Amino acid sequence: MIVGERKPLSEIMELLGGAQKVLVAGCGTCVTVCFAGGEKEVGILASELRMKSKLDDHAMDVEEATVQRQCEWEYIDPLRERLDGFDVVLSLACGIGVQAMNERFPGVITLPGINTTSLSLPVEQGVWEERCQACGDCLLGTTFGICPIARCSKQLLNGPCGGSQEGICEVDSDTPCAWQLIWDRAIEFDQVRRLLDIQAPKNWSQSRDGGLRKIVREDLQLESE
Amino acid sequence: MAEERTNGHKSGSNLEKVLRAGHFAITGELGPPQSADAEEVIHKARLLKGTAEAFNITDNQTAVVRLSSIGSAVLVIKEGLEPTVQMTCRDRNRLAIQSDLLGAYALGARNLLCLTGDHQSFGNHPTAKNVHDLDSIQMIRMVKNMRDEGIFECGDEIKGKVPRFFIGAAINPFADPFEFRAHRLAKKVEAGVDFVQTQLIYDMGRFRKFMEQVVNMGLHEKVYILAGVGPIKSIGAANYMKNYVPGMIVQDEWIEGLRAAITDIPKEDKDARREALRNQGIKACSEQIKELREIEGVAGVHIMAIEWEEAVRPIVEGAGLLPRPQVE
Repeated sequence: MIVGERKPLSEIMELLGGAQKVLVAGCGTCVTVCFAGGEKEVGILASELRMKSKLDDHAMDVEEATVQRQCEWEYIDPLRERLDGFDVVLSLACGIGVQAMNERFPGVITLPGINTTSLSLPVEQGVWEERCQACGDCLLGTTFGICPIARCSKQLLNGPCGGSQEGICEVDSDTPCAWQLIWDRAIEFDQVRRLLDIQAPKNWSQSRDGGLRKIVREDLQLESE
Repeated sequence: MAEERTNGHKSGSNLEKVLRAGHFAITGELGPPQSADAEEVIHKARLLKGTAEAFNITDNQTAVVRLSSIGSAVLVIKEGLEPTVQMTCRDRNRLAIQSDLLGAYALGARNLLCLTGDHQSFGNHPTAKNVHDLDSIQMIRMVKNMRDEGIFECGDEIKGKVPRFFIGAAINPFADPFEFRAHRLAKKVEAGVDFVQTQLIYDMGRFRKFMEQVVNMGLHEKVYILAGVGPIKSIGAANYMKNYVPGMIVQDEWIEGLRAAITDIPKEDKDARREALRNQGIKACSEQIKELREIEGVAGVHIMAIEWEEAVRPIVEGAGLLPRPQVE
């Protein structure tokens, strides 16, 4: 899922500047599941903003709205009628939701209330760990289902660097070495041989290095009238 | 490709000639300053001159900004030493690496060490973006193809003079997974590496085990393996390496040797203790080189004495390896 973390209140207050009327907009999908920007977090932030702005002597009028998905037109369109009179929308959706709001409702600025951090797996309650970088050219089929692009600090394709010690990455003592994990899986399946071929330089043009990525599926497009 | 006056050598570098002639080779290391001070490079070069075949010039070592490896290499060449340019994948993509290597070759560099690079989180710009467009194995192959096939990474022909480097890499026999280490060396050999330098060795048992695996795989006949050594100048430094440097194992005997060197010197006599520790560091390093020489598959040593360049000459001398061979 897409995972995010709420920005600190001080940063949000600075972003909001002198706004008088703010709509805090949540999203009911990924950021709800990761407890960053669902209905509950919208309520908490809205309360914080009301209190903080009151303490700062410029009480803001803060309202709340959470839609099922901020990244699809059909879900955000119903917000149109609620936007009248608001100075800004503070979105607690991921970066896609924030931009969807700005594109759909260009007359009002939508600001980000969370930092979108990663495509992660909730490995245990309260812990999300990155698993995918959306590089556009999936190589999980050659690395026993463990992604070195997302999980190796140096994105190595030909085995571990010299900083792998007892299964741990040198960069962070809480991070397993991706190549140790890959190696262990190769041993488990008795397929070490598959790791011995040299992997050629990656085609990064499928990643963001190639510019804006866009998928066009003509078979799904609606015919123009 | 034309051999252009290399007598069949790949690069014609001094290091390559000495290794090919079958001598036990020595390489050293020179760390450039965190400034534009050419004098500091020149000063270190003068301390090191004549002690080894070639000297690695680090490339933003430990991810700290320093005078560039290639710039320093030119200063070193002017002093009559042979540099080994270090190049990491951390700071440059495939365009920049190739371009800088054309420049390095044009300026006279002949040895190259291909490295992944220390992670930027350890250095003085931890908020930097890292590159890692290639990994070190892919870089080795790219540089070999530039030399032997006369092509760039993209496959385009290099029209004109081709950079002919003696290609090196680093290996760490002390990192995990241990069983992967010899295979990773094999991948570097397959990619086209000519010589490798190991991480600092303070665990001879594990290094011997690694070399047995390497010899069994026949890798020592395909690549020159230079064993990494370095003098330890204090007990604190030994403990630091043991406990805090990733991918490094320091056996207690090194620390015990240092302790023994100062047992008879009173604590108040700091200068004498300091001197005794340094002498012990140098002596232990020389002894270790003698021991490494006897291990099958070891073609030489790589002496790392960063910020203690003065130690290199007595170490090499103590190992009975001065003067260095001259090979035409």
